[in-house]
Amino acid sequence: MAEDVLAIENLHAWYGESHILHGVSLEVRKGEVVTLLGRNGSGRTTTLKSILGLVGRRQGSIVIEGKETVSWPTHRIAHLGLGYCPEERAIFSSLSVEENLTLPPKIGEGGMSVDEIYEMFPNLRERRKTAQGTKLSGGEQQMLAMARILRTGAHLLLLDEITEGLAPVIVQALGRVIVKLKERGFTIVLVEQNFRFAAPLADRFYVMEHGKIAESFSAHELESKTKMLREYLGV
Amino acid sequence: MTEIFGVPTQALFGQLLIGLINGSFYALLSLGLAVIFGLLNIINFSHGAQYMMGAFAAYFLLNKLGLNYWWALVLAPLTVGASGMLVERLMLSRLYKLDHLYGLLLTFGLALIIQGIFRHEFGSAGLPYSMPEQLTGGMNLGFMFLPKYRGWVIVASLAVCVATWFVIERTKLGAYLRAATENPTIVQAFGVNVPRMITLTYGFGVGLAGLAGVMAAPIYQVNPLMGADTIIVVFAVVVIGGMGSIMGAIVTGFGLGLVEGLTKVFYPEASNTVIFVIMALVLMVRPQGLFGSR
Repeated sequence: MAEDVLAIENLHAWYGESHILHGVSLEVRKGEVVTLLGRNGSGRTTTLKSILGLVGRRQGSIVIEGKETVSWPTHRIAHLGLGYCPEERAIFSSLSVEENLTLPPKIGEGGMSVDEIYEMFPNLRERRKTAQGTKLSGGEQQMLAMARILRTGAHLLLLDEITEGLAPVIVQALGRVIVKLKERGFTIVLVEQNFRFAAPLADRFYVMEHGKIAESFSAHELESKTKMLREYLGV
Repeated sequence: MTEIFGVPTQALFGQLLIGLINGSFYALLSLGLAVIFGLLNIINFSHGAQYMMGAFAAYFLLNKLGLNYWWALVLAPLTVGASGMLVERLMLSRLYKLDHLYGLLLTFGLALIIQGIFRHEFGSAGLPYSMPEQLTGGMNLGFMFLPKYRGWVIVASLAVCVATWFVIERTKLGAYLRAATENPTIVQAFGVNVPRMITLTYGFGVGLAGLAGVMAAPIYQVNPLMGADTIIVVFAVVVIGGMGSIMGAIVTGFGLGLVEGLTKVFYPEASNTVIFVIMALVLMVRPQGLFGSR
């Protein structure tokens, strides 16, 4: 069995006074695509943020590449090879498209070259001179938010709701990108509302509810779990 | 004697020169404030006191250590900047989670304490600081006489302003700064040590104030209250230019210095208030400032 890149054990997290995660445990192995499913507010985004220390307070254990990081500051955790694509995309308006793409510093070996990235996202090559990153369309901004973490040598990608609000044709393009990234050996944690998008991509699934992992199963069990998923996700 | 609009050209150019000199200091000081406000979201009320500390640092370097003006130009901003970084690490950094008003109150209190200590130690009469000998005297430009030192202040300040603008708007380091100004959390999630960047940025902004203080020492006297007087005008400049705008701070700094000079020629009674009148007008018409974005 492949080694764990990420192992979370009994994770609790708070925003101010509100206790959001109540003992989350999950593992992600090298080269896997793992999807966190669940309703809005079930704690999926908070789980991603907790991995990077972007919540108010956290407790429990988060082991990344064999290192216990639960007390580390965010920038130090990132250097273990994490790439984060936030739900709100967070493209910088005071930076051009190219500056946005090349902003994140190198944190490891083996990142993709800018040319390879433009090959994967041809739209971005056309728009690279655009002076304000936020002048791009929603789909282009989403691609930029993903593209910029591929250059840095990050090998564990945390992707939060990348298909949200995008046209079906762009969602399909993003699906192809995920497949390519998996082929290149990236380990990916997807937070997805769009189950149809995640179903053919992921190796394993976790279902979250009320700040806990409610169910976990792997891709080949998917069919037998459909009824349970309907109940949890309301789809 | 030649005249323009009924004013002797000598007097006109003389006042414009004074305006440019004042403008040089406005620009340097408001630039520091803009850089600090951009990343820290704090209105650095101790900026005037830190400017004064720059002038005193120059004075001590000369009189205690025998290091001349040119040394002071390098060492004083570093010293003042380092003291700023200490303030940021020990005090300001504790306030980031609170309302920005607390940062303003802290720096305001610090300014009062610093100025009080200096006044207690050195009185408020002011200490002399002589011009570096290379820059004494002046040259005749034909239409006016330009004291060398004043010419130097204008050129040096312009150069520092342009260099700062270039670094922030056109380099990778500046891209980190601009990005962290917009969204520090994400920049930190990319692996950038944002807390350290904040400390260095505050040190840099405060260092600019220290540099302005050194340059001011030979022109104005070295006086514990020199910053308290200047900083009020500089805040007006920052409001007019737009909080946090780098280009705005530079252009309005020099521009308003000139406006002030011109007012002295044509309507001297208003020369002390003209900047505040402009501020009031700008706030009514374009509250985000001339170069502000929001």
